[in-house]
Amino acid sequence: MDALLDTGAIALLLAATVRLAVPVGFAALGGVIAERSGVYNVGLEGMILLGALGAAAGTLATGSPIAGCVVGVALGVAGGLLLGLLSITFHVNQLVAGIAINLLSAGLTAFLARGLIASLFGSSSVAGFSQVRLPGLAELPVIGSALFTQDPLAYALMVLTVLVAFVVYRTHAGLRLRAAGENPRAADSAGVNVTQVRFTALAMSGAFAALGGCHLVLSQIYMFSEGMSAGKGFIALAAVILGRWHPVGAVAAALFFGLCEALQLRLQFSNPNVPYQIFLILPYAASLLVLVWFFGRSRQPAAAGQVYERESR
Amino acid sequence: MSFLILDGISKKFGDFSALDHVDLSVERGTVRALLGENGAGKTTLMNVLYGLYRPTSGSIYIGQKPIHLRSPSDAIAHGIGMIHQHVQLAEALTVAENIVLGIDRSTSLIDLRRHARKIAVMSESYGLEIDPATEVWKLPMGMRQRVEILKVLYRGADILVLDEPTSVLAPNEIDMFLHRMRILRDSGKTILFVTHKLDEVMALADDVTVMRQGRVVANCRVADTDPVRLSRLMVGRDVAPPAAVRTREAGDVALECRDLRMRNDRGTTALDGLSISVRSGEILGIAGVDGNGQRELAEAICGLKLLDAGRISVRDIDVTGFTAEQRHRIARIGFVPEDRHGTGLVLDNPIAANLVLRSFRRPPIARYGFLDHGQIARTAADLMNRYDIRARSAAQSTRDLSGGNQQKIVLAREIEAKPDVLVVAQATKGLDIGAIEFVHSKLIEERDRGTAILYISTELEHIAEVADRIAVIFRGRITGELLPRELSAERAGLLMSGACTGEAA
Repeated sequence: MDALLDTGAIALLLAATVRLAVPVGFAALGGVIAERSGVYNVGLEGMILLGALGAAAGTLATGSPIAGCVVGVALGVAGGLLLGLLSITFHVNQLVAGIAINLLSAGLTAFLARGLIASLFGSSSVAGFSQVRLPGLAELPVIGSALFTQDPLAYALMVLTVLVAFVVYRTHAGLRLRAAGENPRAADSAGVNVTQVRFTALAMSGAFAALGGCHLVLSQIYMFSEGMSAGKGFIALAAVILGRWHPVGAVAAALFFGLCEALQLRLQFSNPNVPYQIFLILPYAASLLVLVWFFGRSRQPAAAGQVYERESR
Repeated sequence: MSFLILDGISKKFGDFSALDHVDLSVERGTVRALLGENGAGKTTLMNVLYGLYRPTSGSIYIGQKPIHLRSPSDAIAHGIGMIHQHVQLAEALTVAENIVLGIDRSTSLIDLRRHARKIAVMSESYGLEIDPATEVWKLPMGMRQRVEILKVLYRGADILVLDEPTSVLAPNEIDMFLHRMRILRDSGKTILFVTHKLDEVMALADDVTVMRQGRVVANCRVADTDPVRLSRLMVGRDVAPPAAVRTREAGDVALECRDLRMRNDRGTTALDGLSISVRSGEILGIAGVDGNGQRELAEAICGLKLLDAGRISVRDIDVTGFTAEQRHRIARIGFVPEDRHGTGLVLDNPIAANLVLRSFRRPPIARYGFLDHGQIARTAADLMNRYDIRARSAAQSTRDLSGGNQQKIVLAREIEAKPDVLVVAQATKGLDIGAIEFVHSKLIEERDRGTAILYISTELEHIAEVADRIAVIFRGRITGELLPRELSAERAGLLMSGACTGEAA
């Protein structure tokens, strides 16, 4: 236990926290955007997988992790648009459509990984991003190495979080997004194209979740493996609620879950005689507790989950 | 040549013809009333004019140019603004955010300070003062409607379409509203307003168009007509005044509420030490502007919400700790809820199922724990006959029926349970004159049977028609009590806005 308390260990723990929080943070940002527009994106988990597969395939094909991100994001956008097609155009229940996308993505990525990646590229391990020390900032005590000795995708998340918050609260696009999720009929009668807003939001939501998958492949594991999202998309849904549908709040919540994950890894290693499954439970138990504690206390977008149909009476 | 022309507009929903070749022409700078009962097609017509519904056939002209409206944004671009009956505002957003929503390009930043200044100037010039930084959910209904009007004016609308604008207002707010509409007309705006209230037509409109069953039945200048003629045109027959002759005197106190206190879902005070009592064979009317605790009072009595403090008793039985089911079964409390669609009915179930919703657990509807479908069908047929519920069959989905027929289902179910106390909340909301008459005559019949009835409504004239006593509710308290013959719009309006004169009921 003493090993947890000295500054060096705390810095290491924080660095691991940030690294483990990045995929959840990206997916949570995607979740915030989707739910603010009035659509639950339960398909985040599947879109992380799509992004991960795209990142692996794109990087293997071109040798460039940036190209890998582009392919991954493209697949995520496709996933988001599919959710839009099902839930907005065909009025499929949003939760059912999201689950369908998760199942589809799990099967499809496993199939493509086995069939294509192995036979086309021979190897499955990819060259990913390496850590970049930001000079000056990285010298700060304790948090310096945790926040500013990370890979490019982690920095991208920090920038994008602020950017999304700015767009949501300070631009007309953000106002339209919030209005579509609060009262689509009011938005419609004010001249906002609700369908377009929601499709755009879902495409972006898929893109963000996919970036989370890219981080798993290109900055953590350096290969694609089946089911590697491991529930991160669902933890992201909890982070959206804990973060009260605010972009910064959701990413902060992702950091909390990242801390749980980092702690459980640390506890696993320091307690080899305790079954490791006990510690594995930690992040999931934390998200469950958070849901029980916070749900109903914070106010979700009023029209989240509802189909909007102009001519319904 | 008229400024705005609607030419041969028809609109069909499936087989149902909501509008049948409607023609309408309006001069610039005038107020046109669109008068008709519910279901006459007024709102549908206005939704067509605002691009919310696409007409099946027909065309629209502004300043002699034909225009095509594919969506509300097209209508806005042509200077048409709509104020809906149920305000269309995002409650979590501020007044200013609601007003500027959708007007600038998506990519631009929101300059709320600049907009707020413009909004302030505009609201002052039309007498519509409001704080742009307030979140909408904090505002009372009358203020929300102001936001709606400002929203429309801020988009530069020349033609204002208002759908039953006074239905959410208190009597004293209505006078101010009519006054503001005149200011707008005098500044050159063209106003169309949908209503079924004759006095508003006479007070505000220059011209009136009367609609019935999707058709225009008359067009006339208000100066050339009178309320009696208009009501005959609207209903298609003479309206009989209700014959509210009591057949028996009120008995002992049946329902007693003492010092009720409750917070609403948002944690603010909804009932603030409210006390009332209703005797058997008596109708107590509760008048007040929407949102002053009426909903909470009804739900407290029926057991849907728990009190923070206070005591409710029915015929000396303390029911405060009873569940909703016990209150119905033991205390014999019946409930016609305000929210017919959510609380009163299972909309997607057939009519028959809704009619037995209170009684399906017990014989004769249930036998040995199983539903007796033959008995359900016989009960449904009998009730549909006696309560004049018009539908193709008892198996029809309740959702397809008009508001009046849906309300009759709730009424039939609750009255047939032979209640001692009947709580009736906003029973006439959205009903046409014929259905209102029917509801009122049934309630009076029920009173004469000896039931204690609490009749909660925002419509003063409806309360005056049926109530034996009237209590006025304001911010969760009873601010005064009067008799129907003492009722005047001014006096009730004062009480409804909090001026405390009489002693508590």
